[in-house]
Amino acid sequence: MKTLSKVYTALILLFLFAPIVILIVFSFNGSNSTAVMSGFSFQWYEELFHNSNILEAVRNTLVLAVASAVISTIMGTAAAVGIFRLRSKYLRAALDTVTNIPMINPDIITGISLMLMFVFVGRFFGLSNSLSFWTMLIAHVTFCLPYVILQVLPKLQQMDKSLPEAAMDLGCTHFRAFLKVEIPELFPGILTGMIMAFTMSLDDFVISYFTAGPGFQTLPVLIYSMTKKTVKPTIYSLATIIFFVILALLTLSNLVDSDTDKAIKEARKKKKAKNQAN
Amino acid sequence: MKKIIELKNISKAFDGETVLDNINLDIYDNEFLTLLGPSGCGKTTTLRIIGGFETADQGDVIFMGERINDIPPYKRNVNTVFQRYALFPHLNVFENVAFPLREKRVPKDEIEERVNEMLKLVALSGFEKRGVNSLSGGQQQRVAIARALVSKPKVLLLDEPLAALDLKLRKDMQQELKKIQKATGITFVFVTHDQEEALSMSDTVVVMSEGRIQQIGTPIDIYNEPKNAFVADFIGESNILDGVMLRDKRVSFSGHVFDCVDSGFELKEPVDVVVRPEDVDIVPEEKGMLKGVVTSVTFLGVHYEIIVDINGFKWMIQTTDFVDVDEHIGLYIEPDAIHIMKKSEYSGMFGDYSSFSMELDEIGELEEAHLEELSELGETDASGNAESERAE
Repeated sequence: MKTLSKVYTALILLFLFAPIVILIVFSFNGSNSTAVMSGFSFQWYEELFHNSNILEAVRNTLVLAVASAVISTIMGTAAAVGIFRLRSKYLRAALDTVTNIPMINPDIITGISLMLMFVFVGRFFGLSNSLSFWTMLIAHVTFCLPYVILQVLPKLQQMDKSLPEAAMDLGCTHFRAFLKVEIPELFPGILTGMIMAFTMSLDDFVISYFTAGPGFQTLPVLIYSMTKKTVKPTIYSLATIIFFVILALLTLSNLVDSDTDKAIKEARKKKKAKNQAN
Repeated sequence: MKKIIELKNISKAFDGETVLDNINLDIYDNEFLTLLGPSGCGKTTTLRIIGGFETADQGDVIFMGERINDIPPYKRNVNTVFQRYALFPHLNVFENVAFPLREKRVPKDEIEERVNEMLKLVALSGFEKRGVNSLSGGQQQRVAIARALVSKPKVLLLDEPLAALDLKLRKDMQQELKKIQKATGITFVFVTHDQEEALSMSDTVVVMSEGRIQQIGTPIDIYNEPKNAFVADFIGESNILDGVMLRDKRVSFSGHVFDCVDSGFELKEPVDVVVRPEDVDIVPEEKGMLKGVVTSVTFLGVHYEIIVDINGFKWMIQTTDFVDVDEHIGLYIEPDAIHIMKKSEYSGMFGDYSSFSMELDEIGELEEAHLEELSELGETDASGNAESERAE
């Protein structure tokens, strides 16, 4: 039984990671064959870093990801605070549902509807082509927002309600109490939300595909257009790099999360020990 | 003495439910005032209205002669110690206490000096660099007090600050709070549901129930001269009996006429009579003013708590003499052990020590019988059932 479960686990891991392992291996292939390994080389990585198209797409993607992460973090945190402070239970539930829609909605529908809206509004103002960096930014903020809200809202609910009251009692205005006491408390949630927004924006293809203008291409969109011609192993090396970047970000966000988890657990343990001592 | 806070005709409702009903209260300079009552009596809401965290629906809050209804908490010269302390977890002990001073842009050396002075007052010198989550409950409590006092408020509000501490620590903190109040001369408004705590610490006790003030007085007044059955029952143990005032200083209850010390009632006025369990002497049956049968005896260390059945009314008596269950005894009550109260809405609700479980059983049986009746009605006639439900 035990060996069986081990084999089963191994099989699952194999199916999960075999494609990526193969991709990584072939990114170091000496030739551009997809069947035969002919020696180890960095030539595709070299080519990658000399391809100005790709480099510009990388730059675009990063600029877009950072901008949409920052904007959606600010807006999402504000939204979470707003939702949390709503007095009406029904309004709160309704807003919760509405914020979740972009997450559940198929990307393709979000993408098409956003494109339609941008074109429609663009025509309205007499623009022949309204799709640009800014439309993409709006689109990315739209689908990143729920992830930030989802991270910040539980932290607000965990927070001792009397903390902001204590700050106001001790001389802070509403806003200063938020800045000096609530933000530090919410920070782990805000940071995780920002990292999630960043990665979501980084690897989005479907929505970007519909909302990207001709002058502004992101990496996933570029890779897609590259695969329409013959696939070159440069794409493998690019994919490998992206994989490792995202892996690193994921690890970081988990570390931040488990840090706060640990702090909470320790506080609980201490409380329990104290209760037992009594 | 100088009035520092006046609450005038304060009323407050949450979602249509009245929480405070026409509260009038004067708080004087340099006093230790306790708001005492069971949970849901409105004591915390009263505190939050003084602190500025809630606004009254009606009435005025006057602070040193000035109406402060619409002044936000950060502009009030009043600080709060919250129930769960509400220390800032991202700041250490020193920074927590320094927080209000930094907000007021007090110069650095002065901050250092005043924080250290405060930490010394609450016996936490040497804890400056500690994280607040690494402290015990009692220590966190002290940090909260230091933080609330460092900006020298005129009034300190304390919302059940000792509720989370264990018994021994609570006793120590009671002493310490009293000491700090004396040392600083700041007015303390203290909220608790613990009557012993209220009696031992306060200059003035305000007993509240159902959003109304039942009685304001010194601890001794409140204990010895309760105004109604609620106060008598909530503060300490009481036997509360129906009586009739025959004339001044003569009262009849339990089928006997007693001398007492109260006067000023009308002739034949029905009254509530309070006799504290420790004020009853046990004597041989033939010498007793009242005669009864012991139904239970509980040993409590310092004394026994016995329940005596007198004509169907169960008395609680605390005595150091040993008596047996089923023994027939007599009771002797001195005139000054009898306290007479006017009838109130609480009359008949408290003060009989019939065993609670028996009472509950009886109620349960009644309800069951009633339900059966209802269901029978429902089987024969649906409209009759609806009617009887409405009648309920």
